Amino acid sequence: MSARRVTVEACPGGPLLIRGADEVVSDDGTVGKVERSVVAVCRCGRSDRLPWCDASHRAKRRSRKKDD
Amino acid sequence: MPEARAYGDVADCLGDRDFQLALWILYELHYRGFEGVDDAAEWDPLLLVSRAGLERTMEHAVRELVASTDHAPPALEPDSDPAPQVVKALVQMTIGDGVSPVATFLRRRATREEFRDYLAERAIYHLRESDPQSFVLPRIDGAAKAALAELQYDEYGGGRPDRLHATLFARALESLDMSTDVASYLPDVSGETLASVNLMSLFALNRRLRGAAMGHLAAFEATSSLPCEQILRGARRLKLPDAVQDYYDEHVEADAVHEQLAIRNICGNLVTAEPELADDVLFGAAACLAVDSRAGQKLLTDWQDRRDRKPTGSGRAEAAG
Repeated sequence: MSARRVTVEACPGGPLLIRGADEVVSDDGTVGKVERSVVAVCRCGRSDRLPWCDASHRAKRRSRKKDD
Repeated sequence: MPEARAYGDVADCLGDRDFQLALWILYELHYRGFEGVDDAAEWDPLLLVSRAGLERTMEHAVRELVASTDHAPPALEPDSDPAPQVVKALVQMTIGDGVSPVATFLRRRATREEFRDYLAERAIYHLRESDPQSFVLPRIDGAAKAALAELQYDEYGGGRPDRLHATLFARALESLDMSTDVASYLPDVSGETLASVNLMSLFALNRRLRGAAMGHLAAFEATSSLPCEQILRGARRLKLPDAVQDYYDEHVEADAVHEQLAIRNICGNLVTAEPELADDVLFGAAACLAVDSRAGQKLLTDWQDRRDRKPTGSGRAEAAG
């Protein structure tokens, strides 16, 4: 059986694309279970879904309102 | 009998329901066909000629729309490598203000009925989600093909039939007792929405336009995560069933991945392999933004018109914002 290949790809100005991982632990200890073949991990810290990227790096506002 | 219309009666094909419905029906022969219609109709020469005529008119209109709106793509510097320029341009074109007016409306103001209208309008695409782009796979090669396959694999549930995005949407419709039969939405869908769906087939079914198909995909994915988050919040506000929330929830994370795959790994690699496609990629992205923006405007206008006709409902909904 061949060793599993895990890769990390950095997207300039965006997240890390990770393939082959089982889980990703974010700064605050949140464990993200990997449930798709490639996941995007937040690098800017603005995501509401850490450790995952939610494209918040695209929003102009510093942080989005959490009013609902 | 509805009044017969001639080709020359079509003044604005991108908003013309008859025109777009005709094209949609011709395209559907390449996807699932129709019960009671011979499958061989897909390659009926007369129908192919008809389709080509409609497509030529549509492509011309899209090019005119792109040139006349603020969605026009930036010009590329001819003396330097086009691939990084295309990647940069795609990122810039899709940044905008990050929030679509339709998504904002759904998040803050939409009634349950208006949210259902939205699902009905979008059903025509989401029940066939990602199918157009699969036609492009055999038309590209190397790293771009591998990246498109990776993206499509995710769209198609990553090996899990119950996670097929089209199935997630069907489940959302079922949770609201809505039909999962595309044909049932045809009588009410707007010409503008049909145009936004036909645009994908136009690009994906014409090999000549494969660059535009991938540019369209990049713009579509890159402008999806943030609106899906807004729509998800709208669904929560209206306490819609879990299946509805699940569909939009899935798309926040999935499309954040797809945005990177589509812009960098698909379009970047495609232009590296076929530099002559650079302008087409940007045209496709601009076309997506311009045509989808028209479809969004049409939805908002229709909602507003309906509220104006029912003044009792609108005051309450306004206050919810």
